[in-house]
Amino acid sequence: MMTDSAAPPSKPDVRPMTDVDWEKVLRSGALAGLMLSFIAAIGMVTVLDERTMIDPWLSLGYLALVWVPVFFGFTAASEPTPDGGISPVKGERDLLSGLVTGALAGLCFSFFIVLIDTYDMTDIFSNLLPRLVDLLTFDRGIGVAAAIWIVGCALLGLCGGAAQVVSARVKRMLSWAFVGVAIVAMLEAVIIDLSQGLRVEFVTDFMYAKNGGLTTGAAIILGAIFGAAGFQSSDKTFDQRRQERMSQPKEVLLRKNMVAAGVAILAVIFVPMVVGGLTNELLANVGLFVLLGLGLNIVVGSAGLLDLGYVAFFAVGAYTTAILTSPLSPYWVPELTLDFFSWEDWFWKGWVIVAVVLVMAAISGILVGTPVIRLRGDYLAIVTLGFGEIVRILFLSDWLSPYFGGAQGVTNIPSAAIGPVEIQGTSSQSIFYLTAVFVVIAIYVAWRLQSSRTGRAWSALREDEDVAEAMGINTTAVKLTAFVTGAVLAGFAGMIFAVKVGSVFPISFKLLVSIIILVIVIVGGMGSIAGVIVGAVVLIGVLGGPTQPGLLQEFGQFKLLIYGALLVIMMLKRPEGLWPSVRRQRELRHEELNQDAWLTGTPGTDEEEDDA
Amino acid sequence: MSHILQIDQLRKGFGGVQALDGVDFHIDKGEIVSVIGPNGAGKTSFFNTITGYFSPDSGSIVFNGLNIGGHEPHEITGLGIARTFQNVRLFPNMTVLENVMVAQHSRTSTGIFGTLLNTRGFRKEEAEIEERAKEILSFFGQRLKGYRWDQPAFVLSYANRRRLEIARAMGTQPELLLLDEPTAGMNPRETAEMTELIDRLRTERGITVVVIEHEMRVVREVSDRVVVLDHGVKIAEGTYETVSTNPDVIEAYLGRPAEAGSA
Repeated sequence: MMTDSAAPPSKPDVRPMTDVDWEKVLRSGALAGLMLSFIAAIGMVTVLDERTMIDPWLSLGYLALVWVPVFFGFTAASEPTPDGGISPVKGERDLLSGLVTGALAGLCFSFFIVLIDTYDMTDIFSNLLPRLVDLLTFDRGIGVAAAIWIVGCALLGLCGGAAQVVSARVKRMLSWAFVGVAIVAMLEAVIIDLSQGLRVEFVTDFMYAKNGGLTTGAAIILGAIFGAAGFQSSDKTFDQRRQERMSQPKEVLLRKNMVAAGVAILAVIFVPMVVGGLTNELLANVGLFVLLGLGLNIVVGSAGLLDLGYVAFFAVGAYTTAILTSPLSPYWVPELTLDFFSWEDWFWKGWVIVAVVLVMAAISGILVGTPVIRLRGDYLAIVTLGFGEIVRILFLSDWLSPYFGGAQGVTNIPSAAIGPVEIQGTSSQSIFYLTAVFVVIAIYVAWRLQSSRTGRAWSALREDEDVAEAMGINTTAVKLTAFVTGAVLAGFAGMIFAVKVGSVFPISFKLLVSIIILVIVIVGGMGSIAGVIVGAVVLIGVLGGPTQPGLLQEFGQFKLLIYGALLVIMMLKRPEGLWPSVRRQRELRHEELNQDAWLTGTPGTDEEEDDA
Repeated sequence: MSHILQIDQLRKGFGGVQALDGVDFHIDKGEIVSVIGPNGAGKTSFFNTITGYFSPDSGSIVFNGLNIGGHEPHEITGLGIARTFQNVRLFPNMTVLENVMVAQHSRTSTGIFGTLLNTRGFRKEEAEIEERAKEILSFFGQRLKGYRWDQPAFVLSYANRRRLEIARAMGTQPELLLLDEPTAGMNPRETAEMTELIDRLRTERGITVVVIEHEMRVVREVSDRVVVLDHGVKIAEGTYETVSTNPDVIEAYLGRPAEAGSA
């Protein structure tokens, strides 16, 4: 093994079959078997079996299993290429590694099936139901099932190993085909919604089976289409293409961005009209969390202040709106409604609420911010976490229940209106439009501030607080500005949330909400506006929010597990996020960039030229 | 009076260690003064106390007639004292130009509302900030010019990082600049260039400079006056020639001669 990285690349000999790293294969196989057993034991297979991906033979439950041997086969065959080393030659040994890994995984998993079939362990592991055994044995008896799993996993592992061997282009083709089909199957509800809106139901009637899932025919056709697209696609990675895009002249880039923004705005205006209630509900939830994410992104992403109590400002916005509008809140008599450009009534009354929410959120930002702002890093995180909980408990307390209603919260929040158009909480479409308006404002705010005196001060603060101070930046004031800006955006999100739900309860403002907003920002890409949107779409749209169901509703109870797994994977593989800001990417990749530059001989690090 | 900075009986201790033990110091406008001394003599503590990172235990620091002892660092920067750091501390992920732009924070004023409303004042100020940053960077000749403007600071070579740090300090538009070992780790050619640069700071920019330096050739060439610190105490002051032959200074650097030690 060792000798190979030093071997000259001019000797393209395929390594002998015997040169398999057996220890690694054994480890990968056992891990894969454990992973399979874990997924089955937590009940994922049984629950996700409800959702058919490809009718009639592949459910989401089985899909949750089949990726495991493929993935472990792939990693068992691969060898980490040391930085700057020469990649080892791929060959039959990779296939063998994958095959054996898969077979081992199947073997371990068969043991697990035999185990749960023989002993009744439902007392301890409540998810090991007879239904699970039926699913895992395909109703065929244990011997046949074991054989199926061993052979099946071996073949899947072989596929994983093969993915190491085939050319990049073929790999791209296959991955596009699989991912494409999976996405279309996942988006079933949205696509049917859309086709009904566009009156092209006959397409989806063909694509999707009656009781859910793609039909086999449609799956094959889609696979072929996506595969062909993947085969034709360029061999550049997303980041490389992005790099190229960014290095275009500024005017070209600006024009392209304008076009993209125009398309996005048109989509935001027209898509909700076409799609049905379900998609609109998803869109409204995503919009709400984009707004929250953009606010937190200013605090965490731009200024580098880790705020774990962000939900407090969301709660302040929601409760402020509830008290001003609900007829059931006793301490504010002239009940207002969120009525912008009112026809009949007082023209400004909606704006008063906006102004009060803004002021209250800003005040709470200052109140929470001032005592904690001198703390750094971990200390700040812990203290803000505490403040977030304090705010929730205050809203919950008996002491303040005459004002906030305690655990019963404030209900009967009336619907909002823009001119003659009523915005009912039950109509997701109108809520989405309201959210979209505020998201656009938030994007504008975030974008303008990025390259301004304030934005630069935030960056400096994030990079080195002491030095920022030496550069004449009043770090306390600048931090507080970030805190308040974030708080105001969260306050607006709270306002929309109150109207959407029609009532506010302390239970809606748990720590979990802060964490989920933070995960959106991290997964999307800290400091990146587009990243927040991508993060919210992926997490809230697909997996679902703290209480809101997402596209994969079946994931419901496993949502937090997936969030956690996703976060760990992101931290290991792509710490800068799905759509990182340029600066953040630099920060986390700059050693790699230097390394690459050194390897390829292009000067990334400028050496002192002899020009003077 | 003509002293731009006047320090009397400055003391600063950390527990048992007396980093500064009654230091008197003054510098006139347009002067270049070197502060030298063996490692641990209190040179950097001296800078940190002047710039507000440490508040003095006793003694006064008077800058342009104003006692600045105990003020916040950003206030002191605002009054016109800038500094660099011994171990270069740039904002590595910001571009070269942004590094100098951000330094003008205390000389500019647009807040959030001006930015959001994109007022004329904001646009004018942004343009001025950028213009001034480019002008400051051009002080370093071709070193930090052109394509370098948009490069992140971490790609710069070591010597260029040192230069950028000085450029950033110049961005705060100081009257008094404190340079903490500006030539540390540089090769002889770069050191010579830096020596010339320090002199140009005074002649072209009118900046008064205090420099901590270990490289004696630099000290000899740039300084009008040399102050020697040892164990928080000023042990000598004067021209390079007088200081370099002062027996106390030699003792501080090399230790007591053997025959004197036995006495």
